[in-house]
Amino acid sequence: MAVLTSPEPLTAEPGPMVPTAFVVVGRRQDTEDTWTLELEARDGGGGLAFAPGQFTMIAAGGSGEVPISISGNPAEPHPLIHTVRAVGIATGAICASEPGAVLSVRGPFGRPWPVEALEGMDVVVAAGGIGLAPLRPAILALLDARERYGRLVLLYGARTPDQLLYEAEIADWRDRGMETWVTVDAAGPEWLGHVGVVTRLIGRAELTGGNFGAMTCGPEVMMRFTALALAAGGIAGERIYVSAERNMQCGIGHCGHCQLGPTLVCREGPVYLWSELQPWLAIREL
Amino acid sequence: MTTIAELLSTSPELAGLTSEQIEAVAECGTKLGVETGEYLFREGEPADSFFIIERGSVALELHAPTRGHLVIETLERNEIVGWSWLFAPYRWQFDGRAAEPTDLASFDGARVRALCEGDHELGYQLMSRFTAVVLGRLQATRVQLLDVYGRADIA
Repeated sequence: MAVLTSPEPLTAEPGPMVPTAFVVVGRRQDTEDTWTLELEARDGGGGLAFAPGQFTMIAAGGSGEVPISISGNPAEPHPLIHTVRAVGIATGAICASEPGAVLSVRGPFGRPWPVEALEGMDVVVAAGGIGLAPLRPAILALLDARERYGRLVLLYGARTPDQLLYEAEIADWRDRGMETWVTVDAAGPEWLGHVGVVTRLIGRAELTGGNFGAMTCGPEVMMRFTALALAAGGIAGERIYVSAERNMQCGIGHCGHCQLGPTLVCREGPVYLWSELQPWLAIREL
Repeated sequence: MTTIAELLSTSPELAGLTSEQIEAVAECGTKLGVETGEYLFREGEPADSFFIIERGSVALELHAPTRGHLVIETLERNEIVGWSWLFAPYRWQFDGRAAEPTDLASFDGARVRALCEGDHELGYQLMSRFTAVVLGRLQATRVQLLDVYGRADIA
């Protein structure tokens, strides 16, 4: 007769599929549908060390896990900061999480913005809508090492003035040596800034003649037109980086949901060279 | 102080005109300064001129009942304002308002059209450039119409 024994105790380190409990320690509403959350690990571990452009898989309760880019300062990773737009059930539940609520977090995952590779160059950062959030860590890293770069130019477009993110902070970035151009797609007469699509800013910022590299993030259509306009302005596709968005679920390249042509966006992305990504974005079935 | 010919020659939208062509068009221009809120033209009025912005910006607006004045686009330094002077019935389609103190060159549309009638090479060169301006703004407007920042219920 077989004798039942207790299984060996689990001793392995938790893998990347095991979430960590984070507590909401701060919450700020940025726009009508966008909130910034500050999170700290419930076990007292603070935030997460990360590189600009990386994301976490995050969930509130049982409402589903979603990939959200980290929007904090990589030099100050505690607490973990996420700016989230409520567009569905999962993101809506995350945005509704009040201080004290517990979220599950995995990561960080993904290939970051090439902040160090751009040293010695002029850098243009082109963001659309919520796309400024994944670029914020890169902007802060650029400004923290301001002397290592030439011109730093931010081109930022949003739908309307009340949907602009980080308005006060953008003024601070300008004071720290970044040229900032902000436009909206539509506005009333009380708005004194630019009106028009973000690509219209490329000519106005007079980027020709510089030694520019570019980082762009926003809706895919916006990034496509932006990359084309940057290329038309003389910036080679091998110097334009974009952040791809696909159906990321595992975050580690195992499940295949985020496959785009030969690449898995969660593992090899989300940041790609435009010249790498462009052929695959042109295939409508992908 | 920038002359009208210099303004014409430094506008990227008109780049490549010969010095003779620039001088001919400059003859049709005058300098103009407007204060914040001042209207250069209003929807439905005769479109008898176009402008190049030297300093400041101009908001193109449309008035919609119950929604008030909507800014469609802002135009900035070195950019052309207005192409309705080129095409019958020569009426402005939008309001043009100075969004800040603005200096411009204003060009007499009828005189420039007459120049083009008499010199088809100039007419072709100007028409090519204005068509490129119209095309660029049409494409930008199409992207604007996509409302790319609108909600996409994905997660």
